[in-house]
Amino acid sequence: MKPWNNRAWFLVLPMLLLVAFSAVIPLMTVVNYSVQDTFGDNKFFWAGVEWFRKTLHSERFVSALIRNLIFSGIILAVEVPLGVLIALRMPKKGIGVPICLVLMSLPLLIPFNVVGTIWQVFGRNDIGLLGGTLKSLGFDYNYVSNPVHAWVTLIVMDVWHWTSLVVLLCYAGLASIPDAYYQAAQIDGASGWARFRYIQLPKLSRVLTIAVLLRFMDSFMIYTEPFVVTGGGPGNATTFLSIDLVKMATREFNLGGAAAMSLIYFLIILLVSWVFYTVMTRHED
Amino acid sequence: MRTKVKERWARVGWLIPAFYILFLMVPIYWLLAMSLKTNAEITSGFTLWPKALTFANYHVIFSDPSWYSGYINSITYVVMNTVISLAVALPAAYAFSRYRFLGDKHLFFWLFTNRMAPPAIFALPFFQLYSAFHLIDTHIAVALAHCLFNVPLAVWILEGFMSGVPREIDETAYIDGYSFPRFFFKIFTPLIASGIGVTAFFCFMFSWVELLLASTLTTVNAKPIAAVMTRTVSAAGMDWGVLAAAGMLTIIPGAVVIWFVRNYIAKGFALGRV
Repeated sequence: MKPWNNRAWFLVLPMLLLVAFSAVIPLMTVVNYSVQDTFGDNKFFWAGVEWFRKTLHSERFVSALIRNLIFSGIILAVEVPLGVLIALRMPKKGIGVPICLVLMSLPLLIPFNVVGTIWQVFGRNDIGLLGGTLKSLGFDYNYVSNPVHAWVTLIVMDVWHWTSLVVLLCYAGLASIPDAYYQAAQIDGASGWARFRYIQLPKLSRVLTIAVLLRFMDSFMIYTEPFVVTGGGPGNATTFLSIDLVKMATREFNLGGAAAMSLIYFLIILLVSWVFYTVMTRHED
Repeated sequence: MRTKVKERWARVGWLIPAFYILFLMVPIYWLLAMSLKTNAEITSGFTLWPKALTFANYHVIFSDPSWYSGYINSITYVVMNTVISLAVALPAAYAFSRYRFLGDKHLFFWLFTNRMAPPAIFALPFFQLYSAFHLIDTHIAVALAHCLFNVPLAVWILEGFMSGVPREIDETAYIDGYSFPRFFFKIFTPLIASGIGVTAFFCFMFSWVELLLASTLTTVNAKPIAAVMTRTVSAAGMDWGVLAAAGMLTIIPGAVVIWFVRNYIAKGFALGRV
């Protein structure tokens, strides 16, 4: 049990001030805008919950939210099982381990818009390897004009970009299983499936929780990659919440609407974070 | 029978990670190949590798200050952010890992929500906040803005590593008459050196890859390389070769630092909790 000591606050204080500066003040600005209306000239009027009502009833917000949820759902359904499978088959020792780890981590360290650029170029059917190959095979592949192709491109891109995160987490989880467990399983004559189900999966539950929630959060706030590849198009087919929000705030100057949307967006994230946090800290103490 | 299946499975099992790595490398290879081609070759047809190998695209970047200063800007604010994040996160993580205090759990949760907050929400208010302080287009503005998600992350990872060090070490040191600062820097910091390295790596990484806030807060003098890259899109005629070369150069810093922390990456991603 940790000792109770309120002087520990002094150690936390610098961090608290810094994060408050970069999180609380901006968030209060957003709250301010969300309850006011303006007709320019820096004059603001009290608008109450009008913006929130409008946002929740606007078809634009709801469809962006639904698109984002579907996107996150597909991402999780593809990346998590794939990541576990790859982690289970990774070499356990020898020179293969660092090679795998370094090569697999590489996409994680590429700036988001460069990831977008890579796939934008790769998928183009005039100069890209993927687009060009598909075209020469007779597929009429065009992510700029076909919404389904745009979605497939974004999903493949995200799988390319982030599956390694799941792999690394699961690899770390598997590496923490003592050899004795496997020896015991072998003596008992456990099948491969039983070994996975009763030894590996329980050990993975913790890292998998982290993986699922990190992937959910990050795909739920994805902005730069789809912005570079499709710009939210064709039409609004790939306009996710963040893209819509930035468009509303910086191009349409709809401050009230953007602020209300930000707060609703943030509340959704907060709710999911809370579930994640509760699950993560349940086994500590 | 079963062992036969198992043996066959074991023999081909390595194919899964191998194919996966192939899938990861092909788009990167395509970028590399493009960066070594002339624009004429890129647009005229389909060549799997550069027929007329050229380094002209890289030469453009290294000889034009508006290009290479982008790299200097990026590295400057990334390093500033890493130093600031570590400086405030180290004592905070120690407090969380060693003591209970009023509101500790709530504070930890609040920190966590900042890591999860979509940067898009903060783009506009950040712009106004930093305008008010006349910090727009400075490196420190981006470094401070990235603290939004890097400080919480650093606290989480460090706390995980610190909790792995037994508390008896602290107690023994205090009994031996060490003051807190002396204990912290002389004894404790070396014990979690790998944790600090991993945390620095993650701060570096997330600051390096983030672009929405970085490009919102900068115009010319502190513009990150990833934002400079978009220039080629708007220029008359697309300069694909230079774009590819600039993209390749943004991959290199990540590839270099990843080698140093290869054995700890996974633990870092698990926020120090495996």
